[in-house]
Amino acid sequence: MTTYFNEMYDSGKVRPPYARLEDWTRSMPAELREMKQAEAEALFRRIGITFAVYGEGGDPDRLIPFDMFPRVFTSGEWARLERGIKQRARALNAFLVDVYGRGEIVRAGRIPGRLVYRNAAYEKAVVGFVPSKGVYSHVVGIDLVRTGADEFFVLEDNCRTPSGVSYMLENREIMMRMFPDLFRGNRIEPVDSYPEKLRRTLASVAPTKCERDPTIVILTPGHFNSAYYEHSFLADLMGVELVEGADLFVEGEYVFMRTTEGPKRVDVIYRRVDDDYIDPLCFRPDSMLGIPGLMDVYRSGGVSICSAPGAGVADDKAVYTYVPEMIRFYLGEEPLLKNVPTWQCSKTDDCKYVLENLHELVVKEVHGSGGYGMLVGPKSTKAEIEAYRARVEADPGNYIAQPTLALSTTPTFVDEGIAPRHVDLRPYCLVGERVELVPGGLTRVALTEGSLVVNSSQGGGVKDTWVLAE
Amino acid sequence: MLSRTADNLYWIARYMERAETMARLLEVGSRISLLPTAHGYRNEWDSLLQASGTAFGFHQKYAEAEQCDIESYLFFDLDNPSSVATCISRARENARIVRTALTAQVWDALNTAFQELRVLAKQPRHQLELSRLTDWTMRHAAMVRGAIDATLLRNDGWDFLNLGYYLERSDNTARLMDVKYYVLLPRVEFVGSGLDNYQWTTLLRAMSAHRAFHWAYGGEVTARKIADFLILNRQCPRSLITCAEGITSHLARLERNYGKNTRAQEMALALEAGLAALSVEEIIEEGLHEFLTRFIGDIASLGGVVFETYLSGDVR
Repeated sequence: MTTYFNEMYDSGKVRPPYARLEDWTRSMPAELREMKQAEAEALFRRIGITFAVYGEGGDPDRLIPFDMFPRVFTSGEWARLERGIKQRARALNAFLVDVYGRGEIVRAGRIPGRLVYRNAAYEKAVVGFVPSKGVYSHVVGIDLVRTGADEFFVLEDNCRTPSGVSYMLENREIMMRMFPDLFRGNRIEPVDSYPEKLRRTLASVAPTKCERDPTIVILTPGHFNSAYYEHSFLADLMGVELVEGADLFVEGEYVFMRTTEGPKRVDVIYRRVDDDYIDPLCFRPDSMLGIPGLMDVYRSGGVSICSAPGAGVADDKAVYTYVPEMIRFYLGEEPLLKNVPTWQCSKTDDCKYVLENLHELVVKEVHGSGGYGMLVGPKSTKAEIEAYRARVEADPGNYIAQPTLALSTTPTFVDEGIAPRHVDLRPYCLVGERVELVPGGLTRVALTEGSLVVNSSQGGGVKDTWVLAE
Repeated sequence: MLSRTADNLYWIARYMERAETMARLLEVGSRISLLPTAHGYRNEWDSLLQASGTAFGFHQKYAEAEQCDIESYLFFDLDNPSSVATCISRARENARIVRTALTAQVWDALNTAFQELRVLAKQPRHQLELSRLTDWTMRHAAMVRGAIDATLLRNDGWDFLNLGYYLERSDNTARLMDVKYYVLLPRVEFVGSGLDNYQWTTLLRAMSAHRAFHWAYGGEVTARKIADFLILNRQCPRSLITCAEGITSHLARLERNYGKNTRAQEMALALEAGLAALSVEEIIEEGLHEFLTRFIGDIASLGGVVFETYLSGDVR
């Protein structure tokens, strides 16, 4: 029987950051809790924060379940995490500049060239181009799990367009509205400067040809996208236009948006669409979503695209294994955050081990995301394991495996009262002229008892995440 | 602002106004159908479908124009592009796209209408009185309109919303008046009879203009007075000239804001001037139906020019 680290109770005693929360839950009768829960849900629905789940059909206006029990970090815990996250974000960006340039890390033999250059996410169209300020990934979402008081692991990096930050902000808004006393009694670091910091980050990477206050836009795939709410929310808080591909066009050396007063030049595009869909001339001729000619403007310094095309090669699950190497290679430092040990099925020995131990491992597709297509060995039936074995044997290079981590739990409101549920954490690190992050992030919680899968697409919920001031 | 955003705002208004008109049409139809039908004129419900431009779609689905089918089709049917349910869903979808251009109150009003509609649609039809449905629609349309007027910034987005409202409303008033034409078409001798007046009164009621009319004109209800009220009276909030005035004033605001004048503005001014120069006698001489048909065409072309000028994104 695995024992899980409980972030609130350590061997029967309440850990200090949660001390006040214990009184809070004691003083909250079940009826009040239900009332508050209903109130929170009504607020989310009224604001319109809903989430469409791919492939499920049903209610397109589904809510991500919100758990009112906050997750808490001390300032000391956070300071260590923050250093580790920034270090990682710097190394990932240095890696990107390198592999689209001279490729020193490959030449030095620290990472196999085939993993980089033959990677589907490696973007040949930007080889030799250095984006403004040498930044490829402007928002790095680093998924962390905790297994002990001082033990954190990075589960994966998201260098392209990590989503969920609107939940970090809205969860806090709703908690403050419903439980103002909690915030008076605890000194909690605010997170609401995120949109302002994001705007500053984006403005700091304006293209070389932009000689004025840059015009920033957010590019969304459109209102059918499951994260559309987040796109419009961020646009609103930053005071920038939310555009779709068809709203933009290229003329001469610049990109313009179509406005009621005529064309207006755009300098920085914070895109929330994949590389494949930004320029049909460069990437996918069948794409309806792109802006023809955008990449030409980009490469000639007429517009900045955030994250930069090609950033995806750094958050590939096979490249992930080498991030500690990147940190040593580019920064000359030891990694502050640990990687989860990973077996790569492309290697014969690793694959053999994985196939022999499927029942104990978590197996993922190299390019998968969102918790789709993964196997959690200890939680799967024999038949599921055998079916998965066949998939791995058919295409070993497409899979990696990791030990099943003993994810920490935090108290969570469930039907029966309060019970421990497993959580992870996604902080959002901003990289522009400087590297910064707000004290907090998105805590995702697996609401089903015993489940280790926290993805919202798999029925996970979210929590407000607190960092206590010193 | 983005042309697409302006387009979304414009359609929020058009759909909300259209939803309201559909509800009003249903009200007209149900009141007219309370009259004896032994006179041999055409089925009133059918005339309603004609006037709302939904006859073709309806007859694809149903053989006879039965009241309960018409109610479902005009209110709930999402296959009908002009049903109340379709209009409210689309208005809300357009609003979802441009959430950032709306205040929380406007979004709330639209979203509440949509959420309540989903609940209504699940109830058994026989539990839903038509009058309850029409009241419900008008109440929500008024709440959206009120939220827009009370909370929205008076910027260009507000102008595009209002352009949508006025263009749609002028089209709809003309169509509602035209129901009368379809109802009476075969039997000219009904004109001026007691039945005729009852129908005109019903029309006024449907436009919530019954009392207003009496305050403005007094005395007997006649076709002349009503035509004057609904077409040429600047006091009537739904009259064609009031709508034309609204259109020109919002286009003028845009012109000032953007510092350039457009063909849309010229067309709207000509339309308003044309109406101002008309007398009700001239309209009746031309034929009310002919006049209305021409007007609906003019409004459609003006809508087209507004689209080209501001909403299509092809402005240079």
